[in-house]
Amino acid sequence: MITLGHYLVVSGMLFALGLAGVIARRNIIIVYMCLEMMLSAANLALVGFSRFHLVNGLPDYTAQSLVFFTITVAAAEVAVGLAIIVALFRTKQSVDVESVTKLQG
Amino acid sequence: MPSLLFYLLALITLGFGFMVVTGRNPVTCALCLAASFTGLAALFIGLDAYFIGIIQILVYAGAVMVLFLFIIMLLDIKAEEGKKLNLAPIISGVLVAVLLVVQIAAVVSSTGIADKTSENTPLALSEASGKIGRAALPTITNDLKEGTLPDAKLIGFTLFDQYGFHLQVIGLLLLVGTIGVVVLSKREKGGAA
Repeated sequence: MITLGHYLVVSGMLFALGLAGVIARRNIIIVYMCLEMMLSAANLALVGFSRFHLVNGLPDYTAQSLVFFTITVAAAEVAVGLAIIVALFRTKQSVDVESVTKLQG
Repeated sequence: MPSLLFYLLALITLGFGFMVVTGRNPVTCALCLAASFTGLAALFIGLDAYFIGIIQILVYAGAVMVLFLFIIMLLDIKAEEGKKLNLAPIISGVLVAVLLVVQIAAVVSSTGIADKTSENTPLALSEASGKIGRAALPTITNDLKEGTLPDAKLIGFTLFDQYGFHLQVIGLLLLVGTIGVVVLSKREKGGAA
C-alpha cells in the first residue's frame, strides 16, 4: 500500500541526492543539474500533498498551481544560470568551481 | 497506483539521479537527469496530476535538458579524467545527505498525515461536480459527472481565477530572464569579456 509517506521519503531522498551532488561535485554544470533535481524533489512533495489533501473531493489545485510557478521560475533560472556559466567560461576557460576564487578573502 | 509500479518509478528516478551525482562525463549526467525527470513525471501522473506530469516532461526533460546539452557541447567540456578525488567534500556531502534522509524519514513516520493512501482518500468526482462553486463551468461539471478528472481545466481555472496577477508577474519574470540572458551573452566590443 503506497501512502503519502512513501512519496515524501522518495522526495526527501531525491533532494538529499541533489544536495550531496551540490556539495561534492566540482563541475559547475553538474552542480547546476543537481540544483534542478532538488527543485523537482520539492515539486514531488507538493504534488503528493495536493493529491492527499482533498478539497470537495478533488485534489488541492492550489498546490499544483504552486508547482506550475516553480517549474516556470526554474526554467527562467536555468536560462540565466547557463548564460552566467558561459560568461564565466569565457573569462576562466574552465567550469571547475575551484577556478572561481576572486571573492575569496 | 500499484505498489510495484511506484517502486519501479521511484527506482528509475533515484537510480538515474544517483548516476547524475556520480557520473564523470557531463553528457552522460545530462541524459541521466532527463531519464530521472521522466520517472518523476510518471510519479506525478500516478498522483493524478496529469497536467503537471506533462509539463514536467515538456519543460524539464525537453527544454531544460536541451539547453544543458547545448551548453555542454558548446563549451566542449571533457569528462574529468585522472583528477584526484578530494575526499572532504565527498564525505561531507554523503554525510549531510544521509542525515537529511534520516531526519525526513523520522518526521514522516511520526505524523499521522503520512498514512493517507489513495484508498482511504479517494477522489469523489461525481459528488464534486455540485460543490465546486465558481469553477462549475459546463465543461468541468460534465467531465466530473462522466467520472473523468478534468485536471488541466481545473488547474487553468485555479490559475486564471485566483492567481491571475501572479501569472502576469511570472510572465514578466520570463521576459526579464530573456533580456538578462541576451545581456549576459553579448560580447562587449573592446571590453574584457
